[in-house]
Amino acid sequence: MKPVLLIDFGSTYTKVTAVDVENEALLGTASSYTTVQTDIGEGLENALHILEQKTGTLEFAERYACSSAAGGLRMITSGLVPELTAEAAKQASLGAGAKVIQVYSYELTKKDVTEIINAHPDMILLVGGTDGGNRECILTNAKKLSQAEPICPVVIAGNRNCADECEELLAGWETHVCENVMPRFNELNIEPAQNEIRQIFLNRIIQAKGLSKAAELISGILMPTPAAMMAAMQLLAEGSKTEAGIGELIAVDLGGATTDVYSIADGMPTQSNTIVKGLAEPYAKRTVEGDIGMRYSIWGIVDAAGIERISQLSGIEPEHAKEMIRFLSENTETLPKDDEWERLDFALASMAVETAVARHAGTIEQVYTPMGLAYSQVGKDLTPVRRVVVTGGAIIHTKRTGEIASHSLQDPDQLGSLRPVDAKFLVDRKYILASMGLLGQHYPDIALRIMKKELVEAYE
Amino acid sequence: MEKKTLVMGVIGADVHAVGNKILYHAFTAAGFNCVNLGVMVSQEEYINAAIESNADVIVVSSLYGHGELDCRGMREKCDEAGLKGILLYVGGNIVVGKQPFDEVEKRFKAMGFDRVFGPGTPPETTIAALYEDLGVEPPEAVEE
Repeated sequence: MKPVLLIDFGSTYTKVTAVDVENEALLGTASSYTTVQTDIGEGLENALHILEQKTGTLEFAERYACSSAAGGLRMITSGLVPELTAEAAKQASLGAGAKVIQVYSYELTKKDVTEIINAHPDMILLVGGTDGGNRECILTNAKKLSQAEPICPVVIAGNRNCADECEELLAGWETHVCENVMPRFNELNIEPAQNEIRQIFLNRIIQAKGLSKAAELISGILMPTPAAMMAAMQLLAEGSKTEAGIGELIAVDLGGATTDVYSIADGMPTQSNTIVKGLAEPYAKRTVEGDIGMRYSIWGIVDAAGIERISQLSGIEPEHAKEMIRFLSENTETLPKDDEWERLDFALASMAVETAVARHAGTIEQVYTPMGLAYSQVGKDLTPVRRVVVTGGAIIHTKRTGEIASHSLQDPDQLGSLRPVDAKFLVDRKYILASMGLLGQHYPDIALRIMKKELVEAYE
Repeated sequence: MEKKTLVMGVIGADVHAVGNKILYHAFTAAGFNCVNLGVMVSQEEYINAAIESNADVIVVSSLYGHGELDCRGMREKCDEAGLKGILLYVGGNIVVGKQPFDEVEKRFKAMGFDRVFGPGTPPETTIAALYEDLGVEPPEAVEE
């Protein structure tokens, strides 16, 4: 036996997963409260204690961790045109596992700079202009920023022809120059910026967040948790060098405050005479719905879906449902205690999945041209995707997982939304996906096979 | 010499892709850095692309007769977006039916277009106009 420990320092819970890499087996999982204020190692010790009660004492050969504790990787991005480089910067940051607290476009104002400083981001991503294109915006923004006291590292990934000048302007700041997120018009190039962000996270943020004590205990904090999740999904979809993956997929992580959606799919049009509009989409895409969550963002679900639909799905009168929702929003630790509360959570989870996947997926509309009917597509066409992976407390701890997950599919009333037509639903019952993303960095084959084994199918 | 950048595409609900491709190759060969938006391009797309790429000129094509409607307000939007004085070209079958070209040209110039090209204009004509307006020389011919 060669046990490996995988740790996810979450904002609330520290989750541990033990894997025997020799026998390719999941040994057990456990969790305990995160203790970032005092010593993050305490929470970890507590979780390990619980784990070892189940598994017996384990001598870990290796320990890896991901973290979203202390607010996760909080980023601010600044680009030029909202739909173009500003969007590319947001995509790059989300894909790197960051929590994007604000996206700015065009030139920053003094007020914007004050806002940025007060928001205390962990990192700023500064972009704008294609290579050889617009210079004024990024230079102005670098200059504006330079007038404030340095607070965090700045990644410069805009027009390469003014990268040097940006660095000079931001002389007092820690700067990192990398390739433009949009070197040519509409050509998305976000990996270099993502790698840079991840590297800075490793070298600098972990210390700043008081996680370094934990870092001594383990072989390495590898990445922010969402990046580990993304890595797991990419591994599951594509496979490793020696083992095939399960193909294109969507993953939904339904949380208390946010809902994350991942798609590993090219998203190209599936019907002829379709014209794709808007910014090119990343093949591995992550979106975060900050207003959709089961507790802290519960009203966002109501705003998006309407109380009528929640009432209809739960069989609870609208007024009564609202009262219950108010209670949940104020008592965020509440778990459903009887059938009625379960039905409400079912309705909320269903609508959260529907809203988040609809926002993630592309849309298509018919355009009548003098030459006949054509289609205009914005975003990714996910209709051919046949696997939907679901995770998150409200969805894995219920018997109705399949029903909830089915709301990720295309709705005959909303054919313009390019969600999967039909799919198999895979549930992360043991909550191991982020851990498998970590394990996959060193043992891709094993992580892949464990995921294939542990993700169970849910039926409608 | 630094290459001049042009943004091009077919405006509105127009899906004529072939001419667009030909123009793209012709302009590129003529030494321009081309941002080609393809077909069914909205005014906002031309403008956004021109901002990011710091373009010198926007070349609008229209083949299906609705160009006049599609092009309305484009100059004003450019001004609004900070692209004051950017060169605007338009060409193709830009109006409905057969109308005297000098009248058509007058109307489009009144809308703020700097150059208006009628049906059947060869790419060379537009390229010559680009050289003239942008004050650049053709690239030196490469010996085969």
